[in-house]
Amino acid sequence: MQRLWRQFRQSPVALISLAVLVAIIAAAVLAPLLAPQNPYDLRQIDVLDGTLPPGSQSLTGMTYLLGTDGQGRDMLSAILYGLRISIGVSATATIIALAIGMTLGMMAAYLGGRVDAVIMRLVDLQLSFPSMLIALILLALLGRGVDKVIVALVTVQWAYYARTVRGAALVERGKEYIEAAKCLRLSTPRIVFSHLMPNCLPPLIVVAMVQIAHAISLEATLSFLGVGVPVTQPSLGMLISNGFDFMMSGKYWISFFPGIALVVTVMSINLVGDRLRDLGNPRLNR
Amino acid sequence: MFVHILTRLFQSLVTMAAMAVLVFVGVFAIGNPVDLLINPEADQAEMAAAIARLGLDQPMWRQFLSFVSGLLQGNLGTSFVHNAPALGLILERMPATFELALLAMIFAIVIGVPAGLVAGLYPERLVGRGIMGASILGFSLPTFWVGLMLIMVFAVWLGWLPSTGRGETRSLFGIEFSFLTLDGLRHMFLPALNLAIFKVSLVTRLARAGTREVLLQDYVKFARAKGLSPARVIFVHVLKNMMIPVVTVIGLEFGSVMAFAVVTESIFAWPGMGKLLIESITRLDRPVIVAYLMLTVLLFVTINLIVDLVYSVFDPRVRLSESS
Amino acid sequence: MTLSQDLSSEVPVLDVRNLCTRFFTEAGVGKAVEDLSLCLRRGEILGLVGESGSGKTVAGFSLMGLIDPPGRVVSGQVLFEGVDLTALNERALRKLRGNRIAMIFQDPMMTLNPVLTIGTQMIETLRAHRRISRAEAWSRARDGLARVGIAAPEERLAAYPHQLSGGMRQRVAIAIALLNEPSLIIADEPTTALDVTIQAQILAEVQRLCRETGTALIWVTHDLAVVSGLADRIAVMYAGRLVEEGRTEAIIEQPLHPYTRGLIASVPSRNLRGERLRQIPGMTPSLMSLPEGCAFAPRCDRASEACRARAPVMETPASGRMVRCFHPLTAPEDRS
Repeated sequence: MQRLWRQFRQSPVALISLAVLVAIIAAAVLAPLLAPQNPYDLRQIDVLDGTLPPGSQSLTGMTYLLGTDGQGRDMLSAILYGLRISIGVSATATIIALAIGMTLGMMAAYLGGRVDAVIMRLVDLQLSFPSMLIALILLALLGRGVDKVIVALVTVQWAYYARTVRGAALVERGKEYIEAAKCLRLSTPRIVFSHLMPNCLPPLIVVAMVQIAHAISLEATLSFLGVGVPVTQPSLGMLISNGFDFMMSGKYWISFFPGIALVVTVMSINLVGDRLRDLGNPRLNR
Repeated sequence: MFVHILTRLFQSLVTMAAMAVLVFVGVFAIGNPVDLLINPEADQAEMAAAIARLGLDQPMWRQFLSFVSGLLQGNLGTSFVHNAPALGLILERMPATFELALLAMIFAIVIGVPAGLVAGLYPERLVGRGIMGASILGFSLPTFWVGLMLIMVFAVWLGWLPSTGRGETRSLFGIEFSFLTLDGLRHMFLPALNLAIFKVSLVTRLARAGTREVLLQDYVKFARAKGLSPARVIFVHVLKNMMIPVVTVIGLEFGSVMAFAVVTESIFAWPGMGKLLIESITRLDRPVIVAYLMLTVLLFVTINLIVDLVYSVFDPRVRLSESS
Repeated sequence: MTLSQDLSSEVPVLDVRNLCTRFFTEAGVGKAVEDLSLCLRRGEILGLVGESGSGKTVAGFSLMGLIDPPGRVVSGQVLFEGVDLTALNERALRKLRGNRIAMIFQDPMMTLNPVLTIGTQMIETLRAHRRISRAEAWSRARDGLARVGIAAPEERLAAYPHQLSGGMRQRVAIAIALLNEPSLIIADEPTTALDVTIQAQILAEVQRLCRETGTALIWVTHDLAVVSGLADRIAVMYAGRLVEEGRTEAIIEQPLHPYTRGLIASVPSRNLRGERLRQIPGMTPSLMSLPEGCAFAPRCDRASEACRARAPVMETPASGRMVRCFHPLTAPEDRS
């Protein structure tokens, strides 16, 4: 672990990305403390302050660093709260998908035979269609809502984890220490959870990094299209969507800044994930 | 080769059948088909009549049979909103999406392959690192947001290009296309560019990885030892080998581009099948959604089949090992 | 006219002087080729022998100017027909490569481009160096294939490499090397990857072709048995340096360097039946961390303090023989 950190540190880009990522997560978690106003407390916002450009002052003297939206919400506050929803939804979905994918992948690798065949056919089928389309159709049939978005994100993600775990587990299963554990007559769950699982984690983490970035992007896209989270819980995607109408009149900031927040978040996750993948690839270690 | 085609064809049919069952289960067993297939604004009497007409009071296996026979006859239900066959509505919009996706793919190749080649030839230089940085940025940019920014910069601020609609179209084989007129091409430019951005990054990365892999091969050094010019080594010996994985992926990604057209079309008001899907979702026009789904499944299975067959023609090693 | 002809017959095809090639990596500097000197006359065959990792392949690429970063030829001269190749620019070198100097690689499975036909790969070699029509290039390529003993050459021209066997592919590579009638061919273990029977055929073929065309040949190999039947002279490399050089019979009958003796003793056919194969004790040193003094000293039973302190230089104990050793063997050892 320490060795990994030492190698990770060698790339300044990855290090900066990690710092940015930690800052973003902290900002999202601490949004109620950091935000100048609560954008969903109607008493704190004033429609008369609507669509003010960045740097304007409110009637009460507060400065809107990133301007305001159509309802007079401070964009900075809205972005912080939006990040909270975007990251929360995507992280929850990723964790659930990870659990499902790991279980199924492990079953496929360990039980083999028909179970393996059925699970892997399902994985292939799932992966042959773009995640965007699957999520869109699912939400079209289910309707909007945070829980439904999570269901959709889980559906498009689990197959990647299942495939990764199965691949790693098949390699590990053939190794000597598993044979040794079998000879000791350890129970199957024990072998799987305390011996097989930890060794499948590194590739899984790399895949999870890519997938969580993808999930954040996908959630934003779905919310932008109006099939994602409900209006009462605006994620970054919805903020951008709200700004669409104002853009034609040159009021760029309502869409621009939430988009920047989204890009920086996704990019920092991708860069950290990239570095982890390079470190996990022994061919590049030489 | 012939046996190979037959096996692949059979596999495709199985996939189609599996997806049909899944859609049936999704619509009729898990969801409430009354909600999904009957206009929610209908009153009680209309509702009862519709249930009887659609056979929703029949046992499940009966319903499945009629669903399947409908599929086979190309009958995928009737749109509530347009009061026309759902399939026909989608097919009508297909050429617009198709030409957009095709132009996006051309952008992806024309930008991505040279960029990846340069990045692969000079991985340590500034230009190589810069290209890779740009490709990570391209991966991280959400398509819809880039679309908005393109509109803002090129349509609102600079006023160079139009941002909505297909522009002037011209008929070819009885189908209207935008790419045949200058105005149509101007209208296509921004949405196609928007749709291409993600694929440009993908192709760049593939081309770079392929180039680096091929450069290490003995046959490249042998080509140099033969005294060939660097241009011939790069553009014939390296490029030809590097294009094999790129072509495969480009083919496979064509379906995904058509799917992502949903986003681009709704931003640029491009009247394709993606925009129709979003409209149908917001207006709860479920038959169109189901029809879109089945059509997409067919499209994907066909693309996978074609790519597989084309690949075996493209790579001489695959082609000949099949025949022997 | 006669004067220049006389001169050209005296100027050796290849005269390498004190060539050094190093690899500058993060882990340190690898001295792959150190102080290499060789001389080859027209039509002469030289066997360059060494274990894997002795720098013999790098030596071959250094002569062609095909060393890629992090490697670099740091000093020395490669005089090819009197012209110093290390002083030429890339463009001028390219005119010689595949034209006056050709190369044959180790693994025939990897040297031909899998997506181009044999014909394309032959014709491009011809057209890179001379202005001839496609049709003429095609007929020359066909003749080239016929010359190396390939049946139905016209069909082979249209074939892709994977349709041919390994031996056939190596024949194609040899045909490509011979296409422009070079005066020097560098062959890097071209038969190691092949079956023994095909190996013998190719050896005979190459020997015949070089004699016929007067092409000089450097045959790089780890197999002393192969070159003893083929080469006029043998040069032995150890850890990036030439340790011994001389006429083939002289070297085989009376090796002067302890390492050469070890190599000869470890060839199975030279040992009596039932007797244990002789091995050279120890391992080849890493080129990154060569010992002070003679690189072979740690494995040598004749090594003294002097060997460990400084590196011996090439000496000429008899005419036409060179050895880099403080304690050369003087008489054939009894093999008891």
